[in-house]
Amino acid sequence: MSVTAQLIANGIIAGAIYALVALGYTMVYGILKFINFAHGEVLMMGAYFAYTCVNYLGMPIWLALLVAMALSALLGVIIERVAYKPLRYSGRLAPLITAIALSIFLQSMALIIWGSEIRTLRQGSVSKGNEIFGAVITNNQLLIIATTVGVLIILHLFLKYAKLGKAMRAATDNLPLAATIGIEVDKVIGITFAIGSALAALAGVLVGIEQNIEPTMGITLGIKAFTAAVVGGIGNIQGAVLGGFAVGLIENIGIWFIPSGYKDAIAFLVLVIMLIFRPSGILGTKKEEEMGKTESLFG
Amino acid sequence: MRTGRTENPLLQIKGLNSWYGQVQILHDVHLQVHPREMVCIIGPNGAGKSTILKNVFGLIAKNQGEILFEGKSIRKMAPEKVVRHGISIVPQGRSVFPSLTVRENLELGAYIRAGSESASIEQDIRKIFDKFPKLKERQHQKAGLLSGGEQQMVAIGRALMIKPKLLLLDEPSLGLSPQMKQVIFEKIVEINRKDGIAVLVVEQNARLSLALSDYAYVLELGHNRLEGDAKRLLKDKRVAKLYLGGA
Repeated sequence: MSVTAQLIANGIIAGAIYALVALGYTMVYGILKFINFAHGEVLMMGAYFAYTCVNYLGMPIWLALLVAMALSALLGVIIERVAYKPLRYSGRLAPLITAIALSIFLQSMALIIWGSEIRTLRQGSVSKGNEIFGAVITNNQLLIIATTVGVLIILHLFLKYAKLGKAMRAATDNLPLAATIGIEVDKVIGITFAIGSALAALAGVLVGIEQNIEPTMGITLGIKAFTAAVVGGIGNIQGAVLGGFAVGLIENIGIWFIPSGYKDAIAFLVLVIMLIFRPSGILGTKKEEEMGKTESLFG
Repeated sequence: MRTGRTENPLLQIKGLNSWYGQVQILHDVHLQVHPREMVCIIGPNGAGKSTILKNVFGLIAKNQGEILFEGKSIRKMAPEKVVRHGISIVPQGRSVFPSLTVRENLELGAYIRAGSESASIEQDIRKIFDKFPKLKERQHQKAGLLSGGEQQMVAIGRALMIKPKLLLLDEPSLGLSPQMKQVIFEKIVEINRKDGIAVLVVEQNARLSLALSDYAYVLELGHNRLEGDAKRLLKDKRVAKLYLGGA
C-alpha cells in the first residue's frame, strides 16, 4: 500500500461526493443567481428517506436510492415553489435569508422525525478493500466513483442533446431572453431544482453507505460542496465537477502536511485563497456583458 | 405604402400607459401594424420606443390600455405565451445565448414547435443559412465569440425560426459598423418583402428606417407626436428638424 496513492484515492472518493452536491449549487446559481443554502439539508433528507425505505419498508438499497432521489427531487421543487418563487424579484438578500431559515427548519424536522442518534446505511461488516494502483479501495467506494461518473455522463448528455437540457443552458445564459423564445421559465427552474436535489440525495445515500447519517450532516458537506462550486466557477457545470474533485484532493493530500484535525479547515482556506486571487473560479468568466443585456431586456 | 391601412390590424395598441416603478414612461400611446407591413418607431433617446416593444412582449409589469394581436388581448401575457401567438422579438443588444453554438441558438428558436417535426426545423435552419451564409460557416462556434453583426444575424435568424407573423426589432443597428447596419437592414427588408412577415422596428437611425419602412410613428417623451407614410415623413420639415439633424 502506498500512502500517496491512498491519499489520492481518498481525495477522488470525497471529490465525487462534493462534485454531485456542487452541481446542485451551481445549476441553481446559474439560472437564478442565488445560492440555495438549504441544498445540504436536501442531501440530509435524501439520506434519511433512503434509511427509512431500507429499515422500515424493507426495500433493497438500490430501490431505496431511487425512491430517495425521487422524493428529494419533489422536496426541491416544493422548496422552490413555496419558499423561493414568491421572492424571485425581491433582490438577493431575501431568498438568502429564507434559504438559511429553511436549512434550520429541515434540520429540526429531521431531528423530530428520526431523532439525534447516528444512523447508517452501511450493510454487513466493513468490506475488504481491493488494491488498485497501490491504494486500498472498498467495493462501496468503487460504487461511489462508478455511480458518480455514470451520473455525470448522463447529465452531460442531457444538457448537451436533450431539448430541455438545451433550454436549461439557454436559461442559464440569459433567463429573460429564454422566456421570449417560449421557454417556460418556471418549468425549467423546477426541473433544475429537481435534478440538483436528486443528485444531492444520491450523494447523501452514498455518504450514508460509506459513513453515517445525522441531522447535521448537510452543513459541512454542503459548505464544502459550495466551496467546490466557487472554486470551479459558480454557475459553470464542468467547473462544479472540477471543483469537487479539486477540493476532495486538496483536502486529503493536505492532511499529509498538517494535522488531520484541520482537514475541514483546508476547504475553507482554499475558498478564501480562491476568492482573493480568482473570485470567478477556475472555469468561471466575468459575464458583465450578458448581465447588462439581461437588465436591458427588463429595462 | 403597399398595404392598405384599412384592413384589420395585426397588432393594435390603444391608450397605452406604462410605468417603471413610479415613473410613467408611456402616455396614451396608440400604434397599429398591419399584415405584411414594415412599421418603424423613431424618436429621441428616452422617448419610450423600446418600452412599447417590451409592453407587447409582456416584459413590463405595470401598464394600462389595450394591446391586441389579431383582435385578442395580449396585455399582461407572459413572454413565453406571447411568442406562441406568432410574435418574435429581437431585443436590444447582442441578444444571443453566448455559451450555445450558433446552430443551438437557431434550434432553440424553434423551441415552441413540436419536436416531432425535426426535419422541417432542419430545413428552416438551412433557409436561415441561405439568408446569412456567414452563419453556416460558424454554425458550430459559440455565439458569444461572433462579431456584433454576426450575433445580430443569429438573433434575427433565431427569431425567424417560429415563422412569426410579426417580428419586433429593438434597435437592430445599435453598435454596428455602417456597412453592417446596411447589411442588417437589407435583410430586414427582405424578411418583410420576400417572406411577407410584418415588422415593427424601433430605431435611433431615423433616416435609414424611414427610407425603408411603409409607415412610421414619431414618439417624444412617451407621447405620439407624428405619424404617417414613412417616405413622406422623411421629407417632413418637422421630422427633419427634430430627428434628422437639420437635413
